[in-house]
Amino acid sequence: MKNLRALSKRRRREMQHKEVLRVCSKLLIPLIMLFALYVQFHGDFGPGGGFQAGVIFASAFILYALIFGVDVGMKVLSPGARRFFLSAGLLLYAGVGIAGMLLGGRYLNYSVLLDDPVAGQHLGILLIELGVGVTVAASMITIFYVFANQDESE
Amino acid sequence: MVVSALALLWLRNLFAVVMLSGSFSLNAAVLYVVMDAVDVAFTEAAVGAGIATVLMLGTLALTTSHEKADPGVSWPHLAVVVVVGSALIYGTLDMPRYGDPMAPIHQHVAPEYIERGPKQTGMPNVVTSILASYRGYDTLGEVTVVFTAAAGVLALLGRRRKKKNKMKKRTRSGERP
Repeated sequence: MKNLRALSKRRRREMQHKEVLRVCSKLLIPLIMLFALYVQFHGDFGPGGGFQAGVIFASAFILYALIFGVDVGMKVLSPGARRFFLSAGLLLYAGVGIAGMLLGGRYLNYSVLLDDPVAGQHLGILLIELGVGVTVAASMITIFYVFANQDESE
Repeated sequence: MVVSALALLWLRNLFAVVMLSGSFSLNAAVLYVVMDAVDVAFTEAAVGAGIATVLMLGTLALTTSHEKADPGVSWPHLAVVVVVGSALIYGTLDMPRYGDPMAPIHQHVAPEYIERGPKQTGMPNVVTSILASYRGYDTLGEVTVVFTAAAGVLALLGRRRKKKNKMKKRTRSGERP
């Protein structure tokens, strides 16, 4: 039984010859990330939102790691950075709620964030969706790397 | 969808099972689009057909790609499954027809959300305004669940390399003499 990391090392050597796959994925990954950002920040007008954007963003990272090797992908986003983003998103969400409380509203009431209640709602929803997206993306990438980084029996 | 669900039951090669469940999710996403639930379809396509397939493949790389031999039919288990399944189907019998405007779910708070949502939050997508604003607590809980899941996976599997090597030797000498 080969584990995913050893598999990906061998795969990377094989990938040296698969130009079509490498070039296509290099072209696609920025587009996937751009689409994730579109879904993230356009979620209040079209379908989508933080959850979907986070998953799409994570899939770009996972595609990169699958094509170019888990070790190379690891260098792009270090474990420390992943853990930071994992909690930063959740803290951003909870922090927006506390900011609303400090400004004289109830927890998670965004209308008090700005002078105009509708603009405050907009800002609050944008921020918490960003928090959702960051946490979901970091979780998916973390779970993938934890699975891929297992070196059990070879 | 039914064909791939039945094939999932019969196949013993787990790689094929993962691929089929991915295509099942994609079909489900198409079904949601047909039923005008675009947000749900989006999630199903991204999570069910995308990430879940990759994670399942990672799991197969860690474990094994063939299901163990069929231990035969266990009658008590089958009886429980049949009873619970028929109870679930019985529960759907008096559900309102799909798209029925008189259904209770369309009478309660939904009209209020649809009427007030765009005015109060200033955004055209009602789903986002409900999820992020009116149900902010729920969504905070969901994000906490995702965070906890990742933290749990880290705690269970994400040990440091050195420790893991020691563990590995121990389990290897214990389990596989």
